Amino acid sequence: MADTLNTYLTLSAALFAIGTFGFLARRNAISMLMSIELMLNAVNLAIVAFGAFIPGLQDRGAVIALMVMAVAAAEATVGLAIVIAIYRNRKTPLVDEYDAMRR
Amino acid sequence: MRAWLYLIAFAIGVGIVMTPAILVFILEGGNVDDALLTAFAALMLLAGIAVVTMKDIIRCGLAMIVCFIALAGIYVQLGAPLVAAAQVIVYIGAISVLVLFAIMLTQTKSGSSQLTFQTQAGWAGVAAIVLFILIGVAVGGTAWPTLVSQRLPAATHDLATKLFSDYVLPFEVVSVLLLAAVIGGVFLAKQEAPQAPTLDWQEPEPGTRLDSSLGDANG
Repeated sequence: MADTLNTYLTLSAALFAIGTFGFLARRNAISMLMSIELMLNAVNLAIVAFGAFIPGLQDRGAVIALMVMAVAAAEATVGLAIVIAIYRNRKTPLVDEYDAMRR
Repeated sequence: MRAWLYLIAFAIGVGIVMTPAILVFILEGGNVDDALLTAFAALMLLAGIAVVTMKDIIRCGLAMIVCFIALAGIYVQLGAPLVAAAQVIVYIGAISVLVLFAIMLTQTKSGSSQLTFQTQAGWAGVAAIVLFILIGVAVGGTAWPTLVSQRLPAATHDLATKLFSDYVLPFEVVSVLLLAAVIGGVFLAKQEAPQAPTLDWQEPEPGTRLDSSLGDANG
């Protein structure tokens, strides 16, 4: 079981689905960002698994995973800064109350 | 009383995580790798579900850390220790702290923890399950070419060589991206300086008295 690619890909799919649910269902903007982090981690798991099981990708999988991590760090920084900036104006972290462009 | 409840919840969690691992360990005749993988996977999925379903958002953040720890364990099992170390440093050390700080900065005292979910939460669950089934079917139905039946370890030396030879351009681009993200984050989250009250101060004409009392005091 630990030596087949499908195990890890299924795990990655499960984590990605959990992240999708959180992103669609949560009201809090920071919860949504945490769900995005879960989805990025699921993708990273798939990349590392491919790198571990396909000989042509042996070290490249890990390199690409490191790149994804750096990009995820940048995304988290900017995303949380945006949430804090919006919170300063609207005094709420709930996304369904950010309706300035709907009125 | 509260402490006992927490202890019981902790025991239940440990049980949920460890039972499948022990079952796998017994059924497969002492295969430590599979048992470890099962334990990590159960911990990761349980913590992930806790992240998206728990009401208290601080606990969601802490569950996210547990999820990342389990994922780091899976990376080690996959033979990528450097990625696991980076996971611990970047995600557990940096991003989680960032998220926890953002949570503490944006929580109001009253509520915001009630009504955790949007109204479309049920449909979101359906969509997530459908997505999982779709990816599962796609994974199961694909015949991967040139698979090996053994995990290939990503040797740190080879990895570093690749990172600084074949992938040096993406590496540099990522460094520029990180710099841009740092500057952008500081700019976005910076507290704007309280604006000084603007006075419509006009230069008085020479010879006029500004204030009668002042004028009196001066004689």
